[in-house]
Amino acid sequence: MTSDLIIRLTHVSKKFGQAFLAVDDLSLNIKEGEFITFLGPSGCGKSTALKMIAGLLPVSAGSIEITPSSAVSEQDLGFVFQEPTLMPWATVFDNVYLPLRLVGLRRSEVEPRVTQILKEVGLTRFADSYPRELSGGMKMRVSIARALVTRPRILLMDEPFAALDEMTRSKLNDDVVRLANENKLTVIFVTHSVFESVYLSTRIMVMAARPGRVVADLPMQTPWPPKDEWRTTPEFMSEARKVSEVLKGTLDAKDIDH
Amino acid sequence: MQKTSTTKDLSTPVNTAQLRRARRERVLTWVMPIILLIIAVGLWEYLVWYHEIPKYLIPAPSLIAETLVKDGPSLMASSWFTVKLTFFSLGLAIIGGVLLGALFALSRPVELSLFPFAVILQVTPVVAIAPLILIYVDSTFAALLICAWIVAFFPILSNTVMGLRSADHNLIDLFTMYRATRWQRLRYLLAPSALPYFMAALKVAGGLALIGAVVAEFVAGTAGQNTGLASRIIESSFRSEIPRMFAALVLVSFLGIIIFLLTSWASSKVLGHWHESEVRREY
Repeated sequence: MTSDLIIRLTHVSKKFGQAFLAVDDLSLNIKEGEFITFLGPSGCGKSTALKMIAGLLPVSAGSIEITPSSAVSEQDLGFVFQEPTLMPWATVFDNVYLPLRLVGLRRSEVEPRVTQILKEVGLTRFADSYPRELSGGMKMRVSIARALVTRPRILLMDEPFAALDEMTRSKLNDDVVRLANENKLTVIFVTHSVFESVYLSTRIMVMAARPGRVVADLPMQTPWPPKDEWRTTPEFMSEARKVSEVLKGTLDAKDIDH
Repeated sequence: MQKTSTTKDLSTPVNTAQLRRARRERVLTWVMPIILLIIAVGLWEYLVWYHEIPKYLIPAPSLIAETLVKDGPSLMASSWFTVKLTFFSLGLAIIGGVLLGALFALSRPVELSLFPFAVILQVTPVVAIAPLILIYVDSTFAALLICAWIVAFFPILSNTVMGLRSADHNLIDLFTMYRATRWQRLRYLLAPSALPYFMAALKVAGGLALIGAVVAEFVAGTAGQNTGLASRIIESSFRSEIPRMFAALVLVSFLGIIIFLLTSWASSKVLGHWHESEVRREY
């Protein structure tokens, strides 16, 4: 794991309207290969921060810098939304092919690549299916495949598995870890699940609401990539408890409406 | 390919039940309405015969059929006129509605300045404008075309605008992230998102084009040399040739049914594999 700086956020703030401060003075250095989670209650600005990093929302103040890539890639950032966000009229193959189509690559040129990424997420047999024929977990895999098909260095994930059942979720968590490890990705993962963040991350940013801000920056000491068995160990539980305590501190008294 | 084999494995035990349900569905959609129609026509025939109702009041179905055959060639010529009028105006409504709709969806100022006029055009009854159009436009066919177009055009316009605006916001963000051009956005995202709305509008507009054509012909009356089905109805009514009125009416309805079937078929062809409204559910 190299430790080159890849993303730098300097005093980033986001205001919606006059009064609502969604993100307040967020500074953060992210190194290559880190797996960071933004953990916090709803309204803490974690998704907003992610969208600003993706360039989907302008910052109100401060700056976001992403170190230019030297590697060949059509798009440096992959983004996975809360919902699968697939085009219902297109097959799984065409949904994954979309980012490459938009940069002007012909289907015949990139067919092996799309097929390869579909294999990596275990959807080879479903290349010709339509999204409506897939389960929630499978749709999410298509969404991940689409984000990775451009060979990005950075993968941004906005509560991607919040709507899935526990078993599908932990399976997909393992897949994300594997894909991140194999493709040497830097991942920023937004979630409100303590267990998910403890399992996945090399570093957890605990956030609080009103205004949205980071209250704790917790580097994880455990080895990465994590193994499935780790979920049931006492160490995992104690890590989770520690993170929970910090998170609970953010929900005190004045935030009774949670 | 393989995916169908997996679903088949699962559904083998219920296959016969599924087939039975499918057959039942077919029976309900085709056989039942036809049987009802035959019964109704038979009853009509019988009542006319039993009460000896004169043919200038209510002609029997058999007499209407006879008229259809006897006046076949001239009625066919009239039908052709109405068919041309209807499909021509529908085609122009599609072109105009889609182009203007795209323009509205792309530019807010254009929409705000032109939309009120589209609404005025829509809410003013075509019967009321038709006489003026007939005065100002030399060619009767062109005048009738304009009338039918006015009626069919609006649903296509408004649905196209709405459809182009209905794309998933996250997908729009995604296209932004991948730096899609305006054209790519339209081609790969906005147009497919608008399709269900457009197809719904097409079903409505198909029927409206026919109504517009018939109404316009009525207003034009028999004054012109036009020979559409509607003017045949008026002409026959002046001459008290009631069986021929009915015969022409049957042809108008028939035309309407054809249009409905065509547009429904097109809709299921276009949306069948993905949109909820046309997808067949498996039980």
